[in-house]
Amino acid sequence: MYTFTNKLRNLSIILMVIGFLGLTYGFLTAPNTVEQANAMVADGHGDGHGGDHGAGTHDNHPVVDKADAHADDKHHNETAAHEDHHQGGHGEAHDKDAHGEDHHGEHLLHQLQNKPWAALYVAAFFFMMIALGTLAFYAVNRAAQAGWSPALFRVMEGITAYLLPGALIVFVILALSGMHFNHLFIWMDPEVVAHDKLIQGKVGFLNVPGFLIRALIYIGGWATYRYFSRKFSLAQDQADDISNHKKNFRISAGFLVFFIVTESMMSWDWIMSIDPHWFSTLFGWYVFASMFVSGITTIALITIYLKSKGYLEKVNDSHIHDLGKFMFGISIFWTYLWFSQFMLIWYSNIPEEVTYFITRIEDYNIPFFGMLIMNFIFPLLILMNSDYKRVNYIIVMTGIVVILGHYVDVFNMIMPSAVGDQWFIGIAEVGGFLFFLGLFIFVVFKEISKAPLHAVGDPFMGESERFHY
Amino acid sequence: MSSNQVIQALYDDDDVLLSAVKSIREEKHHIEEVYTPFPVHGLDKALGLEETRISIMAFIYGCIGFAVAILMMNYIMIEDWPQNIGGKPSFSYIENMPAFVPIMFELTVFFAAHLMVITFYLRSKLWPFKAAENPNPLTTDDKFLVEIELHNNEKELKALLKKTGAIDITLIEKTGRS
Repeated sequence: MYTFTNKLRNLSIILMVIGFLGLTYGFLTAPNTVEQANAMVADGHGDGHGGDHGAGTHDNHPVVDKADAHADDKHHNETAAHEDHHQGGHGEAHDKDAHGEDHHGEHLLHQLQNKPWAALYVAAFFFMMIALGTLAFYAVNRAAQAGWSPALFRVMEGITAYLLPGALIVFVILALSGMHFNHLFIWMDPEVVAHDKLIQGKVGFLNVPGFLIRALIYIGGWATYRYFSRKFSLAQDQADDISNHKKNFRISAGFLVFFIVTESMMSWDWIMSIDPHWFSTLFGWYVFASMFVSGITTIALITIYLKSKGYLEKVNDSHIHDLGKFMFGISIFWTYLWFSQFMLIWYSNIPEEVTYFITRIEDYNIPFFGMLIMNFIFPLLILMNSDYKRVNYIIVMTGIVVILGHYVDVFNMIMPSAVGDQWFIGIAEVGGFLFFLGLFIFVVFKEISKAPLHAVGDPFMGESERFHY
Repeated sequence: MSSNQVIQALYDDDDVLLSAVKSIREEKHHIEEVYTPFPVHGLDKALGLEETRISIMAFIYGCIGFAVAILMMNYIMIEDWPQNIGGKPSFSYIENMPAFVPIMFELTVFFAAHLMVITFYLRSKLWPFKAAENPNPLTTDDKFLVEIELHNNEKELKALLKKTGAIDITLIEKTGRS
């Protein structure tokens, strides 16, 4: 039995406190009026952040000539760049109803007010996604009756304990958006919908009650599977027959069907709808790859941590090797999906679609391409060597880079539509990450300490103990 | 001073073969070759063979394929015959790079796979029309054969092989081939 050490508990609480302070700071410093917003950005420009791109993208009135000057080095994107200014984000609604004098300032105010919310949402979603990815990996192993992995089941069950609290936090944020506490989801604003034909066409799917009910169905289904599989897994330890194992196999296979549908819809609802004009048919897969690799990496990191503390004596370096192979393989799978999405949109160059990547390449250049290095080039080159996958510190180092890389991936999915070019990885963003990291560590290790780390009753345990590559 | 005599022991199970190989090597006999109908997991380690370097070659071949793809697409699409496809004029490799990624990927895989197979064949001294070296056709079906060099220790070796579970032991005089 693992005991949750005071040291780790204190660390997680400290992380939560620091993170909470960071988030509070973010919310308190968000501007309340247009004047404050303008003043903040004026300061921000002095810091060298935002810069010319911001002016080009968001001064909506002299849009044509500025956009031309802006796009002269890539003339083939010209039309698309124009469209960007008309369609991008929620600037549009404010353009069209053209009553107030300071559209730019008002737009900016919304973005800056969104910023702490988006920081909170990105981090909340990211850690929920790790637990969900781990749950999917666990179900795959159960349904495939994998022989190598039972030694790791208790670690996976520990990680998935975070799913319910994590998903409920996300749900609360979504519900607050539905009650107009923030403008993360512009289609929730009736004022915006009234002036937007495209969103009007989607109201049948994108409406607040339906959105929240769907969210509850997803979360309910995932949490129910997680509850029963954990229950059967623990019951199997005491059982004389393998009926619990068989039940677990059956519900896992059923869950995977439920999961791939709800995961896909969840990614449309919770991420893609932040940008309600844009759509991508493989978005669900892309988010899935991201959560799968983050989940597997987290399993590897926690396994190595527990092993370094003297637990999990049945886990040998072949298990770590296999997790390393999964990290390597799914990283490439992620890149494959990322590129498939990017290339088709880049090639067809349809204004409606291509704005998505233009804002990301122009305003988010460093995180956008940096993420590719962290999530693809780095794990590709480091984990290619078979022997390196057995070296703990290499797995830990690569794992941390991959985890941060996928945080940036989620950041890139959510931030551009929420805050435009006003992004910054500052106190609120780091605070959000640390807060949920602390909560994650607290929940996960508490759950791991509740049951023996060795699932003795699993019929494949013998195979897993002898597993060698 | 190696003799031309070899002893061939036949086994009918891969686990028996694996433990036999281990005990033969413990007795410090030199195993010339093992013929099996399928790859036996762990046999290379039991035989004490050097680890294969083909993965390093695979990486190098992949890099060659990657470079060939870049040079090829640069010559074909940018230098030799630039075209305007879908409003994307081909005047710069880097700006058109996403369109070439599938080709870069495919040629990397193509070079790595084909050159690796060719390297493997050459390294194993296999080429078209080569006569089979296989001493016993049963090893292409369901039997495993271990070939050991003899140094006037026939009796001792035969006893050892019997003990390890060999189903058949034959003495062969090798001629011509070293």
